[in-house]
Amino acid sequence: MARYVIVGAGPAGVIAAETLRQQDADGEIVLLGGEPEPPYSRMAIPYYLTGGIEESGTHLRKAQDHYAKLGIEVRQAAVSKVDTGANSLVLADGSALPYDQLLLATGASPVRPPVPGLDLPGVHHCWTLEDARQMADLADPGASVVLMGAGFIGCIILESLLARDVKLTVVEMEDRMLPRMMDQTGGAMIKRWCEDKGTSVLTSTKVTEIKAADGGGLQVVLDSGEQVPAALVVVATGVKSNAELAQDGDIKVDQGIVVDNYLRTSVSNVYAAGDVAQAPDHSTGGWSVLAIQPTAADHGRVAALNMAGVETTYKGNLAMNVLDTAGLVSVSFGRWDGGDGCETAESVDAENFRYMRLVFEEDRVVGALSLGHTDHVGVLRGLIQGDVHLGEWKARLQADPCRIMEAYLGSTLS
Amino acid sequence: MAWARKLLRVDLTKGTCTSEPLNMDWAQRYLGQRGLATKYLTEEIDPKVDPLSPDNKLIMTTGPLTGTCASTAGRYSVVTKGALTGAIACSNSGGFFGNEMKNAGWDMIIFEGKSAKPVYLFVQDDKAELLDAGEFWGTSVWDTEENIKKKHQDPMIRVASIGVSGEKGVKFACVVNDMHRAAGRSGVGTVMGSKNLKAVAIRGTLGVKVKDIGAFMTATANGKAILAENAVTGQGLPTYGTQVLMNVINEVGALPTRNHRDVQFEGAGDISAEKMHEKRASDGKSNLITNGACFGCTIACGRISQIERTHYTVVDRPQYQKASGGLEYEAAWALGAATGVDDIDALTFANFICNEQGYDPITFGATVGAAMELFETGAITTKETGGIELKFGNTKALTELAEQTGRGEGFGAEIGLGSKRLCEKYGHPEMSMSVKGQEFPAYDSRGIQGMGLAYATSNRGACHLRGYTVASEILGIPEKTDPLATEGKAGLVKAFQDATAAFDSAGLCIFTSFAWTLEDVAPQLDSACEGEWSVEKLLEVGERIWNLERQFNLAAGFTGKDDNLPARLLKDAAKSGPAEGKVNGLGEMLPEYYQLRGWTTEGVPSNQTVERLGL
Amino acid sequence: MNTGKRLMQKSLHIDPGKCTGCLQCEMACSLDNEGAFNPAKSRIKVFDFHAEGRFVPYTCTQCAEAWCMKACPVDAISVDTLTGAKVVSDALCVGCKVCTIACPFGTINYNQTTGKVLKCDLCGGDPECAKACPTSAITFIDADWTGLERMRDWASKTDSGTRAEA
Repeated sequence: MARYVIVGAGPAGVIAAETLRQQDADGEIVLLGGEPEPPYSRMAIPYYLTGGIEESGTHLRKAQDHYAKLGIEVRQAAVSKVDTGANSLVLADGSALPYDQLLLATGASPVRPPVPGLDLPGVHHCWTLEDARQMADLADPGASVVLMGAGFIGCIILESLLARDVKLTVVEMEDRMLPRMMDQTGGAMIKRWCEDKGTSVLTSTKVTEIKAADGGGLQVVLDSGEQVPAALVVVATGVKSNAELAQDGDIKVDQGIVVDNYLRTSVSNVYAAGDVAQAPDHSTGGWSVLAIQPTAADHGRVAALNMAGVETTYKGNLAMNVLDTAGLVSVSFGRWDGGDGCETAESVDAENFRYMRLVFEEDRVVGALSLGHTDHVGVLRGLIQGDVHLGEWKARLQADPCRIMEAYLGSTLS
Repeated sequence: MAWARKLLRVDLTKGTCTSEPLNMDWAQRYLGQRGLATKYLTEEIDPKVDPLSPDNKLIMTTGPLTGTCASTAGRYSVVTKGALTGAIACSNSGGFFGNEMKNAGWDMIIFEGKSAKPVYLFVQDDKAELLDAGEFWGTSVWDTEENIKKKHQDPMIRVASIGVSGEKGVKFACVVNDMHRAAGRSGVGTVMGSKNLKAVAIRGTLGVKVKDIGAFMTATANGKAILAENAVTGQGLPTYGTQVLMNVINEVGALPTRNHRDVQFEGAGDISAEKMHEKRASDGKSNLITNGACFGCTIACGRISQIERTHYTVVDRPQYQKASGGLEYEAAWALGAATGVDDIDALTFANFICNEQGYDPITFGATVGAAMELFETGAITTKETGGIELKFGNTKALTELAEQTGRGEGFGAEIGLGSKRLCEKYGHPEMSMSVKGQEFPAYDSRGIQGMGLAYATSNRGACHLRGYTVASEILGIPEKTDPLATEGKAGLVKAFQDATAAFDSAGLCIFTSFAWTLEDVAPQLDSACEGEWSVEKLLEVGERIWNLERQFNLAAGFTGKDDNLPARLLKDAAKSGPAEGKVNGLGEMLPEYYQLRGWTTEGVPSNQTVERLGL
Repeated sequence: MNTGKRLMQKSLHIDPGKCTGCLQCEMACSLDNEGAFNPAKSRIKVFDFHAEGRFVPYTCTQCAEAWCMKACPVDAISVDTLTGAKVVSDALCVGCKVCTIACPFGTINYNQTTGKVLKCDLCGGDPECAKACPTSAITFIDADWTGLERMRDWASKTDSGTRAEA
């Protein structure tokens, strides 16, 4: 009877555990979580912050006995070492946990920028459920809040902060909001959208220091010399893979833990999935780390199939994001920023916050951005990941890039 | 319920859009669409107004059933004082635009005044704004529709617009929606153009509700079953479209040919439904690609056609090689039999141009027919036509004039006057085959006597859609009458006219009346709408609407003398077919009709009638 | 793993060749799900290929890959064991929209009015669209006969793994 051990109880770990059970009715499955919570989704934290859901609404699986029923042992334990030679983990309490197949799904952690004052009370990352609880205590209506970083996570939190009626200042060191997910056109539209809602957005601006203010609260010092008072500072300046566990052994690590087309690391019975895995990339042909939910789900499933002996090829990472910035929905896929040999088609309606940009390579869509669109956006994934050859539909998409659904149907169902 | 209960008033002069509650008392008396909009128009404009002046108004209007799942309930109408006729105009269109307007929460949009520069109205549910149409002005209906959707990044927007012909004042311009459905007759697009209004673009997402959904689903399911089982609506129309009539009408000797000089066309078979189905030797394909439905229609009579790629009209012109709205019977007749042209692809091309540039193929074809007669009699020459040998049967003359008329230039600008003004201009008013300035459709009243009375008394000028006695006289619906007899036709015409007004005002397509009577319509309305809707009430509403339209026309300056037919139909006997030797017996039918209507011998509704109908 | 069950289940079968584009399906769908005739909120959409004279009704195929379900971070999408449909629980959906980008068919969409996502749930086993279709372009028949293979094949092409569950 095989023993599968999964380190990390996020979406990749949970889906891997469930998939293993589907494939192997008898194997022993141990799921190790680092936080004192049932497995939960970070994606849902913003909705908890707005008060839209209870804490239990963030849980990945709702039934309390879900894991027990599947015979999955969920344990809270920190891991200090992976001993690939002995096929065993060393836990923080010194005990050993042997495995036959190991999955590292340890996720990612927020990047801590080199700014003095990050340890002051009232400065929080928005990453864990515990962070969210503390932020919720401080983000009262009318309170001044400074959000450091206008990336994906920053913008998701932004909506929940606005929903709490705080006085919000966003500080982003790059020249636009969402620099990794939006081009200048889209970033500028999102900025104007936020400003229209009363948010102050400072791009190309750095926080140089956070100080305790006289009489309580915080003072955020900017590189412009300006100081912004704040009851709460939220730090959302990016994340990095939690690859430390793999670093001292034989497991190859680059930006994350490097895996092959089967989600296998350089050690044959050790796999990695989710935010920690640096996996083959569909768009570039290289390897990438994508800290996004759909990728975590795909990784977890494919890794588990291979662990259980069902040989399954992973088709590669595809960057994809959907974001609701205070009611403005934006989407990005694949190589939206184009590159050599790519053509683009754009439709811009800045006044009404609508935007569609497609990037083509030969007669395929390889990347896309949209703003203000909610219908059928998933088909962009279908077009890109399915390597759909558009034929005559390419010209039609160039004439009107919003005809994605027709282009997909016209190209695939003929 | 059923009604959205509000209307949008757009003042083009001031550039404002305001919401008003719908007058629900009027809705109970005039139902919706044709009836209710006519009530608003008659209350709000002076009937003597110049149709093209800012003082004329233009109303886009849905019926209470529009946007529901009742079969065919996607209709809308454009109501105004007609540019072609100077009479009340109500042009009805299918497609999807009507539903979109209703789903955006509007029963009606009233346009008044005139914009200083070209604009279009953009409606997203309850948000409405006038936007600059400079970039669309001077472009076709097809391009306008595509580009508005592109500009707003929403392929689901529905658009009704005018083409270049409507901008240039062609007197029979239409308002075209969904690429090829048109509020076609009487020059309603010309009025829209005179207001500098290029298009109306709508996205509606609010939903339409009815009074009693359980009863409504039963009533509409019953209605759909009747349509499916009926030979005309269940088989004939979906398979052959309205073009099913071409050979039928030709055989009964009522297919007006070469400006009504003949009543049978030797080329009828070549321009018929059967021809559209025929596989071509060259590429093995047929003119007809498929049938298509308007919103909610379970009949699906619409034709989608494609021209043979090697045909002279489309070589090197890819935009016309695609499929688009194909020939309906009236268009095929006007473009074909009326001009003596029997090339199905040439007719299809001319029809495409009518849709693309937004003008009425019936009046266009009939006017080209009249011009051909003027040419053949020497009243006009190649000097006037710009070198075109305008003889009957000249296919290339037809397609060239279609393009010129679309652009409102060359001799096409003169065709754009319509036959009445054209023939008067060249000294032969008798050659215009029209009533109240509007050309006849595809039924010769020498072979179908009742249609003579229906044409003469139609409130929007000659028209088949105001009292389609062809149904009874030729098809035997609801019962067969002798097409060559005048006896009993006065009552038949009145009954058809009143019932049609009720069908139109409900938001339904008149083609349902091949299978439905008001007995089938009443339960659908009654379960959808506030109030009680019986057959009796619908007949009364229909009669009230008819008389209201009549009063408008009388106030506009028409008299009983205008209830007439051209001398050709009253004096020149049919030359062939079953009606050979016959003229139309209008004089035998009209007095009885006036009497049945409760009108004076001058054709004026009597005080008693006005009082009875509460006008 | 549920192959045995699938044999018993029915699927929507769509024959674009029979579709006239009347949108009765969209009205029936929106009436059942939204309580009004509102095609804009329909889970099934008819696409009009005007230039080709073709109408294509399109909705969720309840694919075995269940991209939407697997991508959902809060377990708000589940399989109706009776019908095989992937069903959204409005109570659990937080409106994060991840499923809307995960589904490569574009058949699960965000409704800004409700803050939840919409997808076809086969009406619990008696789809209104099929009942409303006047031309039998949409039928609800044994899954083995639905001829959705092309679409499913295509789905496997997009899949980041084999069709282990199909």
